Amino acid sequence: MAKLSVAVLGSGNIGTDLMYKLRRSTLLELKMVAGIDPASEGLALARKLGFETCTDGIEGILRNGKIRMVFDATSAKAHLAHAPRLKAAGIFAVDLTPAAVGPGVIPVVNLEQYSAESNVNLVSCGAQATVPIVAAINKISPVQYAETVSTIASLSAGPGTRRNIDEFTRTTARSVREIGGAKQSKSIIVLNPADPPIIMRNTVYAVVELPVDEKRIRDSVMAVAEKIKSYVPGYTVTVEPFLDGDHITTCIEVTGAGDYLAPYAGNLDIITAAAVNVAERYAGIISKERMATNG
Amino acid sequence: MAKLTVVDVTLRDGNHTVRQQFTPELMSRVAAALDAAGVAIIEVGHGDGTGGSSIHVGRTAAPNDQLIKAVVSSIKKAKASIFLIPGFGTMDDLQQCYDLGVTVARVACHCTEADTTEQHIQLARSLDMLAVGYLISFGMTSVQRIVEEAKKMESYGAQYINLADSQGYLVPHQVREYVTAVLNAVKIPVGFHAHNNLGCSIGNSLAAIEAGAAYVDGSLKGFGGGAGNAQTETLVAALKTGGFETDVDLFGILDAADILVEEIKKQPSLANVPMPTVDNDSILMGYACVYGGYIQPVKRAAQEYGCDPRELVLRLGARKVVAAQEDVVIEEARRLAGKA
Repeated sequence: MAKLSVAVLGSGNIGTDLMYKLRRSTLLELKMVAGIDPASEGLALARKLGFETCTDGIEGILRNGKIRMVFDATSAKAHLAHAPRLKAAGIFAVDLTPAAVGPGVIPVVNLEQYSAESNVNLVSCGAQATVPIVAAINKISPVQYAETVSTIASLSAGPGTRRNIDEFTRTTARSVREIGGAKQSKSIIVLNPADPPIIMRNTVYAVVELPVDEKRIRDSVMAVAEKIKSYVPGYTVTVEPFLDGDHITTCIEVTGAGDYLAPYAGNLDIITAAAVNVAERYAGIISKERMATNG
Repeated sequence: MAKLTVVDVTLRDGNHTVRQQFTPELMSRVAAALDAAGVAIIEVGHGDGTGGSSIHVGRTAAPNDQLIKAVVSSIKKAKASIFLIPGFGTMDDLQQCYDLGVTVARVACHCTEADTTEQHIQLARSLDMLAVGYLISFGMTSVQRIVEEAKKMESYGAQYINLADSQGYLVPHQVREYVTAVLNAVKIPVGFHAHNNLGCSIGNSLAAIEAGAAYVDGSLKGFGGGAGNAQTETLVAALKTGGFETDVDLFGILDAADILVEEIKKQPSLANVPMPTVDNDSILMGYACVYGGYIQPVKRAAQEYGCDPRELVLRLGARKVVAAQEDVVIEEARRLAGKA
């Protein structure tokens, strides 16, 4: 099967990490890394690894003409401008910014639901780590209220995240309801500056209807954690789900693959890994469609 | 020398002592007594601030708006203040508190993360509130770094910087060094918030004032995280003895402390709450530099999982936990008990 031609838009930390992950893909072929800063380290690395680059951002991608899918790792503001142009060009957009032009996707929870979309959003790192757990519990016992706490190393939170910290808590909490299925939700983020940097950790508290079968919940959560491990090997349940009063508590650590970003930045790794996973599954859908049209 | 402004945090930090169970009725009566005593700023809310009510760090006895209303409707001269940590509390929360009559916003973050407070400080300023940049656990980083973070908050529009020794980890000469350095670097006043884990809360407060601090936090009966805060009534007596000027009346603040105790006794859920004390757990928390808010979670987890609270505190210290990582308490307690 021919690989699908893709491009990475944005040559910062996230874009560069994506580049490393895409090199391993058997379904996607990275054709171009597009940046806007000719001096960027990401573009230099891309050239060194033999990828075509451009320094006029989306223009270079549109000029190329062969690219079917773009990973947008720029900023929310930039993606708002990119989205309609990509759509007009028939290019599928995997959006890693907080712009949320398209629906939010969490690979192990709701990807199939949006197979007809031309733009999907990766929500937030906290959502990628915690929403599957909420959904897994909700399958067994309706979750009345879910609370997620993500603690990340200060060094792994960029200036945009810091400045717009409300955006993180708001979008994560919304996806816990809309994708995870909780009736109510709250999301908290804590930045820890410890040196050496701490690994991303998440705690999910889910208020469920009592009585509840703890074992079935544990099985459901551990099964979804295994699925996530297939694309984020460092996803580890450190405290298995247990009933504490009226709620189930689960703790998760996410160690990154260390492709370009340091292993402690599991929060960044989980979002780039999820993006590649989403893209590969769309590539499968697109190639099936292509076979169907070709008869 | 200018008058000192006493900020009473009983109804906010004190909530840590009672696992967030202060009721609106208690808050209303205590706020009225603090107001009558001449306290200028009265802080209210969850121990970890507005937006803190959660499974993670404890649910408050009543929703935040009810707590705020109870205080705002009971005070005449004093200003109502909230504490808000971005990441927990949001700008919507801040706006809601303002709409309910809160006029002081103390926007807080771990001492190295000032850039998470920019939008919230700007919002407080645009609402014409007194906007305060509050650096939690400042003893966890260097004097130079604290100066940089304070300058950032000043650039966002903060009208004073509050330095919080949230673990009760520092001793007077260290407090003096930080306060002096920040005052030399910014054009706005500096305040100080003590905890008593090493028995230094009053001494540290006096050291901060001698170094030029213009705002000082206290709490009735010392209610607060860890071993508690600087006891407001002790602080007022010490300030008067030391010749520092404040508007707080000594008998009035003693009355307020009595009213707090009276109200606590009235409430069945609080009847068995121990007064904050310098006990073995809190001494170790000060020594190992563990955030005061962890005191009740540590005691509870140690009991529940049958582990030594001292071991638990030392492990938390070694992990360099910051405010609001209470989930680590359970994880470490389970590990110590061989359950995880």
